[in-house]
Amino acid sequence: MIMERSQAGRPRHTKEAPAGGVELAALYAGLYRIRRAEEVIADLYPEQQMRCPVHLCIGQEAPPVGVCSQLEPCDYAFSTHRSHGHYLAKGGSLVALLGELYGRAVGCSGGKGGSMHLIDLDCNFLGAVPILGTSVALAVGAGFAISRRRERRVSVAFFGDAAAEEGVFYEAANFAVLHRLPVVLVCENNGLSTLSPLAVRQPPGRSLCDLVRGIGMEARAGDGNDVLEVVRLASDAIAHAREGAGPVFLEFAVHRWREHCGPGWDHDKGLRDPAELPSFKERDPLVVMRGFLEQAGGWDESAMSRIRADIDAEVAAAVTTVQASPYPDRGQLMADEYAP
Amino acid sequence: MPPETDARHTAAGRQLKYCHAIREALDLCLAADPSVYVMGLGVTDPKGVFDSTSGLLERHGADRVLDMPASENGIAGMAIGSAVAGMRPVIVHQRMDFAILCFDQLVNQAAKWHYMFGGKARVPLVMRMIVGRGWGQGSQHAQSLQSWLAHVPGLKVIMPATPHDAKGMIIAAIEDDNPVVSIEHRWLFNIDGPVPEGHYTTEIGKARVIRPGKDVTIAAVSHMTIEAVRAAEFLAEEGIDVEVLDLRTLRPLDREALVESVSRTGRIVVADTGWKTFGASAEIVATVTERAFPALRAPPQRIALADISSPSTPALAEFFFPGVGEIVAACRSVMGLPILSARKWPGSGLPHDVPDNAFRGPF
Repeated sequence: MIMERSQAGRPRHTKEAPAGGVELAALYAGLYRIRRAEEVIADLYPEQQMRCPVHLCIGQEAPPVGVCSQLEPCDYAFSTHRSHGHYLAKGGSLVALLGELYGRAVGCSGGKGGSMHLIDLDCNFLGAVPILGTSVALAVGAGFAISRRRERRVSVAFFGDAAAEEGVFYEAANFAVLHRLPVVLVCENNGLSTLSPLAVRQPPGRSLCDLVRGIGMEARAGDGNDVLEVVRLASDAIAHAREGAGPVFLEFAVHRWREHCGPGWDHDKGLRDPAELPSFKERDPLVVMRGFLEQAGGWDESAMSRIRADIDAEVAAAVTTVQASPYPDRGQLMADEYAP
Repeated sequence: MPPETDARHTAAGRQLKYCHAIREALDLCLAADPSVYVMGLGVTDPKGVFDSTSGLLERHGADRVLDMPASENGIAGMAIGSAVAGMRPVIVHQRMDFAILCFDQLVNQAAKWHYMFGGKARVPLVMRMIVGRGWGQGSQHAQSLQSWLAHVPGLKVIMPATPHDAKGMIIAAIEDDNPVVSIEHRWLFNIDGPVPEGHYTTEIGKARVIRPGKDVTIAAVSHMTIEAVRAAEFLAEEGIDVEVLDLRTLRPLDREALVESVSRTGRIVVADTGWKTFGASAEIVATVTERAFPALRAPPQRIALADISSPSTPALAEFFFPGVGEIVAACRSVMGLPILSARKWPGSGLPHDVPDNAFRGPF
């Protein structure tokens, strides 16, 4: 069965620390669903039928799942090139994601965007763009729209650590503070910009939170491998923004397992220290969450294996659907330069 | 979109300055649609961006008429984000040179948004950029970079020359669901012209024959349209019948109007406010040679800035900015007449570095 709008992707939570097997299981399912979709993409990519760059978020699933678990469907989200997880967690269609990667008409952007330009207006995922700091400015602008209309939505930007090296980040952050906008900025710090480590990009001891506090914005940092920690921080930040108390910056330390762009690895090519990978896997967001559930007595293996099997089937069915679906016709090349 | 109600040829009476025509357009749009807001450095200051935004704050409030941090790129990105969330921002730059800081957002995001998301989303954004000239504006206050922007699919680039079109095209731009850049020449701001009251739009993407003629077509934009009309009036006295085609929009370019006019006159002079090399004039001449080559009776001529950065000193700026004299010479050239006629353009009687008697600087 294809879960076109799977609730597993956007588990619901109360503001309190998550409790109760169902909700925790939903968080686990959300992590697993993104992992599974990304691994299937990685497995199929060498067939050369997905003819566009892909930036996989394997290892970085907890911030999208944790943050989106605290968002309402009406809330806005923007993301960057590594956006599959954010798109799925916000509620974006899996078929439309895969369709976009396969360049098919059923793709969320009709095949014109590719993996770096995901959108699903049905769930208010307003767009992903790969030029680093831009998602911040876009989310601040959507926050401005919310503020002008006196709505109770919030606007969220997902981005990486290198986004905070572009001027547009500071310009937009300053504006969000100046106008007290209902915006949550979610930085996933994986320590890498393509393959350039933090050491060549930012001075030792740099705290992005301190920088942002210098602008006057609330800022918190946490472990981005622990979805429950993400949920706690996101819950507070989103409530803060929604109540009109101004924007919040969240920084989550995460690990990018795979290469910057593509299905492969860096560690087997001498591009990164191979000793890193085992330590990443010890802090695998799925392992961390499973460990919590087991300790809390909430791990039900038979239920979990059913959830995993459903997700596996959903992803497989989505791939089958997309592979059988048509490409856009040639007339689409020149269509849509302008909105009518 | 409301129907075209271009009353220019029938409305006798009301005259407005170009700057006030723009202000009236903004005022009407702010009043008509709560999603419209106007933001820019100086928008709310007492000078009101050369009097094109003054009074709007008082009429529409600080929520909708705003000054901004000097963050050109961030504000452009913010404006785009607000547009995809349902607003209709109008962003103002007192000099186009500063807008270069936001070409990232304009070119990478706004221009592409509708196409790259498969037509599912739109960016109804207007960005006004004012081009300086004279009074020593120098290298970073006098750039007219329409060719950069008109090169980019997804953008619309308008360059209204008259108060009538300034109002009608700004309203059309605000009501358009696409990003529209309005390039406004500073020397137009104090020019009077007939402007109908109330709401009307001037269609984006349509040129207009501002003065019919049968011997030479001058295809002009923005302030060069005004200079072209002066040149045409001067040449009429020596029997040369010049047609002035005000292009009004560079993207989408009204190629049909160009071809139609040149097919009748057989001669083309292009008068642009930018540089010649890879400039808008090159695209216009290319269009004519591709589509109306058999009609051409003389090689096309182009009037553009000297191909160098803008000098500040009046001693050099005099030779940097072309005007009526150069247009007259080009028209004589395509007519096969001696360029250096005994009869020279007498000039406006003004110093060459001011648009009118009232202009006292500083920018």
